[in-house]
Amino acid sequence: MNAADTLALLPLLLLAATAIVVMLGIAVKRSHELTAALTLLGLTASFFSIWAAAPVAPRQVTSLLLIDSYALFYLGLIVASAAAVAVLSYRYFANHDGQREELYLLLVLATLGSGVLATSVHFASFLLGLEVLSISLYGMVAYFTGRGEALEAGIKYLILASASAAFLLFGMALIYADTGSMAFSSIRNLSLGGSSLALLLPGIALSVTGIGFKLGVVPFHLWIPDVYEGAPAPVAAFVATTSKTAVVAVLLRFLMPASQQSPAVFFLFSAIAVASMCAGNILALWQNNVKRVLAYSSIAHFGYILVAFLAGTTIAAGAVAFYLVAYTVTILTAFGIVAVLSTSEADAADLEDYHGLFWRRPVLASVFTAVLLSLAGIPATMGFVGKFYILASGANASAWPLILVLVLTSVIGLFYYLRIVVTLFSAEPERQSSMRRIECGSAFILGGLAVLLIWFGVYPAPLLNLIRATIGGLN
Amino acid sequence: MILIFLIAILLLGGILAGISARWSTRLPRWISLAAIAVDLVLAASIWAGRSLSVSKAWYDEVDWNWIPNFGIHFHLAVDGLSLLMLTLTFFLGIVAVLCSWTEIREKIGFFHFNLMWVLAGIASVFLAVDLFLFYFAWELMLIPMYFLIVIWGHERRVYAATKFFLFTQCSGLLMLIAILALYFIHHQTTGVYTFEYSELLGTTLGGGAELAIMLGFFVAFAVKLPVVPMHTWLPDAHTEAPTAGSVILAGLLLKTGGYGLLRFVIPLFPRAAHEFTPVALTLGVIGIIYGAVTAFSQTDLKRLVAYTSVSHLGFVLLGIFSWNPLALQGAIMTMICHGLSTGALFVLVGGLQERIHTRDLDRMGGLWTVAPRLSAAALFFSLASLGLPGLGDFVGEFLVLLGSYKVSVALTVLATLGILASTFYALRMMQRAFFGPNTNSWRLPDLTPREGAIITVMILGLLWLGFYPQPVLNTFAPAMDSLQREVQMPSTALRIQP
Repeated sequence: MNAADTLALLPLLLLAATAIVVMLGIAVKRSHELTAALTLLGLTASFFSIWAAAPVAPRQVTSLLLIDSYALFYLGLIVASAAAVAVLSYRYFANHDGQREELYLLLVLATLGSGVLATSVHFASFLLGLEVLSISLYGMVAYFTGRGEALEAGIKYLILASASAAFLLFGMALIYADTGSMAFSSIRNLSLGGSSLALLLPGIALSVTGIGFKLGVVPFHLWIPDVYEGAPAPVAAFVATTSKTAVVAVLLRFLMPASQQSPAVFFLFSAIAVASMCAGNILALWQNNVKRVLAYSSIAHFGYILVAFLAGTTIAAGAVAFYLVAYTVTILTAFGIVAVLSTSEADAADLEDYHGLFWRRPVLASVFTAVLLSLAGIPATMGFVGKFYILASGANASAWPLILVLVLTSVIGLFYYLRIVVTLFSAEPERQSSMRRIECGSAFILGGLAVLLIWFGVYPAPLLNLIRATIGGLN
Repeated sequence: MILIFLIAILLLGGILAGISARWSTRLPRWISLAAIAVDLVLAASIWAGRSLSVSKAWYDEVDWNWIPNFGIHFHLAVDGLSLLMLTLTFFLGIVAVLCSWTEIREKIGFFHFNLMWVLAGIASVFLAVDLFLFYFAWELMLIPMYFLIVIWGHERRVYAATKFFLFTQCSGLLMLIAILALYFIHHQTTGVYTFEYSELLGTTLGGGAELAIMLGFFVAFAVKLPVVPMHTWLPDAHTEAPTAGSVILAGLLLKTGGYGLLRFVIPLFPRAAHEFTPVALTLGVIGIIYGAVTAFSQTDLKRLVAYTSVSHLGFVLLGIFSWNPLALQGAIMTMICHGLSTGALFVLVGGLQERIHTRDLDRMGGLWTVAPRLSAAALFFSLASLGLPGLGDFVGEFLVLLGSYKVSVALTVLATLGILASTFYALRMMQRAFFGPNTNSWRLPDLTPREGAIITVMILGLLWLGFYPQPVLNTFAPAMDSLQREVQMPSTALRIQP
């Protein structure tokens, strides 16, 4: 490994180093402040080292990892969202009685796994990244060992994730048996459907099971509501944003060409997309728990992303990237608000906790309203530009049935977002809930995310330029 | 630049009004009033200076690059049609602030914030000539309107507001797909990515695609207008909204539908619109008759007035799709006069509800004896609504019928029956609410000077439009000429072959 390779890998190396430093730090002195600060420092350093890695990109480091502008873009998104989660965790876990420090260790490891996924071009790195991510997440989801629902969520995640990883491994084996190569490019370069490749399609179908599980799309979505509800709010934010971003990044590299070449794969993903959009939006109608609503809505949102994925053009890759950024900003804000409203006993997940919030905390409730409108895709928020971009890529590829389903189901989705908005603005409740000040780190992150949410919703040109430069897009 | 100011003043005024509620309950009202008045003056100054630049397509415009990656511009422009609609917007905006002066007592700052922002959204809709910007404003005006209904509305406000939002959002998204389809087809034929109205005008479309895209636009505007099968949100939203909300809904939001049909549907898709004309005219006539008959059977006074809107805006649809000068002039007159007469009726019904706390016709009766000025005003606007000659509505509906007569005699005759039906509902309303014995022994204060002033100005406006509509028609004429040039077919080409 020469200097240029080291430079290209610098963001990942820094993440790995942070994990070691945090671990040693905990061993020397157990301090919540110190651990959080070290974590944040490491994540920040890793984020800025992307600019150091950019000049040497694209660069293939061993046959496992490819550091190109595409990977660096997703790496940036992953590390930035992980840093936001770290800040939100600090306040959230401040009043937690148990040991708080290991969470940051797991967080950094999970981020490292996500980063490896975003850069992988080979089954070995794919699986390694996925497992580092998953195993860290088991611990994070069940971090509150005293809470029943957290344990339930952790066990559920453990069992289902292991099973799906087994499917993925089997799929990889079948693909390898057929093509004799573990690099993603082996499927990309083959025209599918030849009689000699009888194992390739089953192999792809099985690996879709593994990917679909991590994305939480129908029919692999069963864990989503329970994990979102049971996991601590910042961890749920991490599961929803960082881990899914990484899997989408690998999905695009792995299967986007195949979905265009093989009608069977295209049909498979279309069915998943339609089922996710319908099921996610319809099932969310019956929820009274904000975290569960966000869970079901995330199922629908990844259905939307699959619509752009299926469009398969260069616009589509840009649309997916923009939508992921929009989704990440929106969901981090949403869980950030849940986190700052939570007490050390329970998360503020019940719809009742938000009753008349606007009249008690106008700024917080306004930000939450912006979040909900962004999820619903209303103009002047990032969610609108994202949805517009996806519709544009779908229209460009003439995928009319898919975008019609998208439009109709998102109208259903609007209904449950509006229900929460109504709750926020309904008359003040009788009971007076305690008014706690929001600690400045969370306030800073929430404020920054809210500004991004509106700024890129009204003036998305800078972000679109960045995406075009790194991923390719319109024109 | 003046166009930017029009919108910025409303947006900033809204924020200021929202903040100022911390210090005073009256300050938000005065700030809103002042901001809208400034806008009204600015609109008047555009109107006064408009003859200086007849040669250009627009009296004034602002064109900034917004999202260059997609070819999206922040492009506002004003012609005679936009100017008339803007003037109506600001006038009814002032009415809306004044009529909620005593009705809204809670959360005053946030109320005026929403009021100003919905006006800003509506003004942007009337000014936008970039289709992306148009859609942006189109969706954005819904949110403050939603809050107006859901926070300050009556008993079933959550149901009504949600229904309103879902209807408009669903149809709006269909329009967005249509806009995108037009955008990509335009790119395929010319190689240019643009949402610019004037560039998209000449796009050549295949027959099937043109009809499908036109329907996407038509559905969005038909829900707003409303056209009959898609009208069911309207009675609920109008009835449950606070008075200012009803005034803005009936006076302005419905007009954005008519404006969209005039500005976009027919000029962008002339052939598809031509094919669609028989259907649209039939829907218009169904709306006229259905609205009038349903209004007749209502017992809720506000709901009654809401259904009359369905009937009146049927004339607008009839006029627009007849697409000849007489009918178009009629459509624009009907839109403006309906804004005044129905707006005034909502102000009166709202004032009545504030006094007697009911909208139920069965519980009223004999109000003339206790509140003669209010009742007389109601009589005036009922007569305007039923199309009494000398008042603005008559001019509009008469011109529409003259124009549609050239296109389809049968449908015109049926539409005339709608005017007849309007006589029944207007007189029934007067009879049940204001005449007869005062069986419930109501005692209520008559119109206050504030209400009296609003009503007087609206009465004078309708009289002016009824006796001397020429200034409005003259303002509209150049815009109508250029719209008709775009369509590039003689008006008789739309004649339905029997």
